[in-house]
Amino acid sequence: MSAPTSTLVADAEIQPSRSERRGSGTWRYVGSKVLGSLGALLFVVVFNFFLFRVIPGDPVRTLARNRLVSDKQVEELTRTLGLEQPLPQQFLTYLKNTFTGEFGLSFRYRQPVGDIIIDRLWPTLLLVGTSTILAALIGVYLGMVSAWNRGKVVDNVSTGFSLTLYSMPEWWLGLVLLAVFAVGAGPIPSLFPTGGLHSTDIQDPNSFAAGLDTAWHLALPVITLTLAYLAEYSLIMRSSLLDEMGEDYITTARAKGLRDVYVRRRHATRNALLPTTTLVVLNLGFVVSGAITIETVFSIPGLGLLTTEAMDVPDYPVLQGAFLIFSAAVIFANLIANLAYSWLDPRVRT
Amino acid sequence: MTTTSKPALTARQVAWRRRRQSAGRTWAEFRRHRSGLVGLGVLVVFGLAAICAPLLASHESIEVTKATGGVLEAPSWDYPLGTDADGRSVLALLIWGSRVSLMVGLLATAISMLLGTLVGLASGHYHNFFGKALFRITEWFLVVPWLPLAIVLSTVLGPSLLTVAFVIGIVSWPATALLIRAQTLSIESRPYLERARALGAGDWRQMRRHVLPNVMPMVFANTTLTVAGAILTETTLAFLGLSDPLYVSWGSMLDEAFNVGAITTGAWWFMLPPGICVIVVVLAFTLIGQALEEVYNPRLRERA
Amino acid sequence: MSGLLEIENLEVIYRTAGGEIPAVRGVDLTVDSGESVGLAGESGCGKTSVASTILRLQPSNATIRGSVRVGGKDVQTLGWSGLRALRWGEAAMVFQGALHSLNPVQRVGDQIAEPILLHDPSAQGTVKSRIGELLEQVGLPAARARAYPHQLSGGQRQRVMIAMALACRPELIVADEPTTALDVMVQAQVLDVLSGLVGELSLGLLMISHDLSVLGATCTRVAVMYAGRIVEEGPATDVFEHPLHPYTGALSAAFPRVGDRSARYAPSGLPGDPPDPQELPSGCTFHPRCPVAREDCADHDPPVRLAGPGRPVACVLVEEGALQP
Repeated sequence: MSAPTSTLVADAEIQPSRSERRGSGTWRYVGSKVLGSLGALLFVVVFNFFLFRVIPGDPVRTLARNRLVSDKQVEELTRTLGLEQPLPQQFLTYLKNTFTGEFGLSFRYRQPVGDIIIDRLWPTLLLVGTSTILAALIGVYLGMVSAWNRGKVVDNVSTGFSLTLYSMPEWWLGLVLLAVFAVGAGPIPSLFPTGGLHSTDIQDPNSFAAGLDTAWHLALPVITLTLAYLAEYSLIMRSSLLDEMGEDYITTARAKGLRDVYVRRRHATRNALLPTTTLVVLNLGFVVSGAITIETVFSIPGLGLLTTEAMDVPDYPVLQGAFLIFSAAVIFANLIANLAYSWLDPRVRT
Repeated sequence: MTTTSKPALTARQVAWRRRRQSAGRTWAEFRRHRSGLVGLGVLVVFGLAAICAPLLASHESIEVTKATGGVLEAPSWDYPLGTDADGRSVLALLIWGSRVSLMVGLLATAISMLLGTLVGLASGHYHNFFGKALFRITEWFLVVPWLPLAIVLSTVLGPSLLTVAFVIGIVSWPATALLIRAQTLSIESRPYLERARALGAGDWRQMRRHVLPNVMPMVFANTTLTVAGAILTETTLAFLGLSDPLYVSWGSMLDEAFNVGAITTGAWWFMLPPGICVIVVVLAFTLIGQALEEVYNPRLRERA
Repeated sequence: MSGLLEIENLEVIYRTAGGEIPAVRGVDLTVDSGESVGLAGESGCGKTSVASTILRLQPSNATIRGSVRVGGKDVQTLGWSGLRALRWGEAAMVFQGALHSLNPVQRVGDQIAEPILLHDPSAQGTVKSRIGELLEQVGLPAARARAYPHQLSGGQRQRVMIAMALACRPELIVADEPTTALDVMVQAQVLDVLSGLVGELSLGLLMISHDLSVLGATCTRVAVMYAGRIVEEGPATDVFEHPLHPYTGALSAAFPRVGDRSARYAPSGLPGDPPDPQELPSGCTFHPRCPVAREDCADHDPPVRLAGPGRPVACVLVEEGALQP
């Protein structure tokens, strides 16, 4: 869990460049970012391989340590993991399998890991997508209002609220909301289901009623995740905006006769969105961890719950596949965000 | 003007006196941040509770075999915070749990800060292939989402307090390294470093004598924030069942609460206190860290 | 004829958590049209605080006493519409360190256009040619309007700031350390542009700098500030070559003159630091650092005496009428 990222990054003096050909800078930037992402992906793939083979001693014995395994099972495990082959050979096999999408069979479900992951993908996307969008909108707005009213009651309350939410494990918030609104506490009746994604009595999974039912099931998880994410976004936006508001060009803008409110909006806030985007992107791992824990608490059958269930067996093929998918998703999101950022900030592409 | 008759101080004595004065000034400045002081106070309370745990609740009270209470009893005079599913006093569990949560948090932070500072200094100082490679590795680790990595590592390494601390250290060092690197780059661009280099200062000497003392304040502020993150991470990992089953921590209490259905039975005394403790302690560290940041970076203060 | 800029008995006091800081303690200054006046002093003497009051840009924790008039109007009590018309339309500022004084993600042309369109929304059609005109006036090609601040060199950025200041045809320009961040060759270019334009357009110029030699070359009159007060004033070359106040002497001597062999072997500087505004020395605030201080300098603040016509000096060693034959 990353602690609030400090915004104290040194600002190195930018050397003035005079590239006359427009666009060349952009392609160079895009190219370098794509290359960087591919490098990171390769690193993850290799890392994934060595994670399970870094254990001292006999891997199979260690992996099977808490379970009573027969010799036959040990043999099967050894064969599945390809451990009787020399290491370089194993690595090559692993690479080939990864690039062909072959992640092996799940120990638990006895199905191809790839299929299972695709099956469980959309609940996670729905949950995380909705929550991050809501959280970004509300959080940025809250941070903005806080910064504009620095020191006043609005700011103190909002910042205190965000700090407290940020210090809270998001799954604990989920537990509390579950207990109060799903189970019902005191005068509050049971308003939401206690878990799962679908009610058992839904006939037609493609009907509008089914859609509503899913939304009803996702309500509490989305509320929980939105609250958890927005705390961070609001704190970052507030901090970035306060930084921008103290810059010299704001004084210049005011000196030109522009109204303070206009200067705040058009100059400071717009510019503050840039470092906010950067810092938010830096914390995408938090989005993933939120998905995992909240799915577990609310029993949403997505990738997160898949991962925690895989811990028990332990279902190594699934764990490897999940690790790869999550990392690839974050790398990809990073890339998209960096590219979008370059469109917003002319300083990086010229 | 008459000359003094006191014996001259050695350079080392002067240096130490300056350090003490500087520390005094830092403390005076920190005192002006009420939020930081509140955080510090809270930490002292929890720290004392953790250290004095045997005095506050006997170790027997958290042993499953010696539990005397009923299952998930509501709070009463005997058990101010009720009991858990094994009949143990929740209050006792909370006190003993603070030890694990705080210790693992601090140990993990030590690992993370050590690794992060070393890599950050090196990648900021060395501009050759070595430095650049370290930076790339930092970036890659930064991109990997921490929880899947922690889950995989914990599953492979097995659950024990040390491995949990190690895992947390592994997932949190890149953020520190990035910060330290940026700070190192900034410090090394200053003229007096150039002068030191011109005078023949080697890499190690430069780093030790010039860069490190200037980086330390930021490291210090960052450390408190890292502890906050580490405690949250430990709690999450324990909740998912990845912590040492032999020890009680706030996270493992919540894991147990979840597993025995404290939610559905409404056993709030089991569910709320551990979470509240985590929030309070993490918030305390965060407030201290933010106050320290403002103390060390005047630019953050008084932004009119 | 009323002066373009008239500052009378200005006091600027900052209210902070640590107490009140008197940054400016009674300053009188006038600038007429066509006149260029320099305001010299070390960092912390209050000169930037003085400049900030001219367009009412002082921070919200500043208390202002005395009066600041531009074109006869009291800036501090002006209503919003008057203030908006004043800002940039009658008086404009050229700030220091243009990398941070310009919006980094906006093209410089758009930044110059902003005040033009604000003061005259109907100028939409002609604004582009006006920008080109302004850039050419400062010696930059019109195509530079499409550049971002970071794509320009320091000198180019400073010239953009000057072009921007002239956008709404002001009568008064206040330049706060316009050449401080630049190296000497570029400094000379920018000063040439500035003084050329001031002469061509008959503007009033108030230039603020710690570099007395720069002011000596560009301004007709110079005032020297120390610890919130003006300690000497007079024609620029006079003040630079024949300083009367010991502080001015030290400032002037701090900048070596090319060809002056003695300066190379005896670099002169002032001992000590500028005084903390919250703990000003008693009597004459300069006396702790003054090379010719007398015993009674710590007892009373010397009154401003006219050493000659238009030559006020605040030093007990300078007699009234000292320059008169």
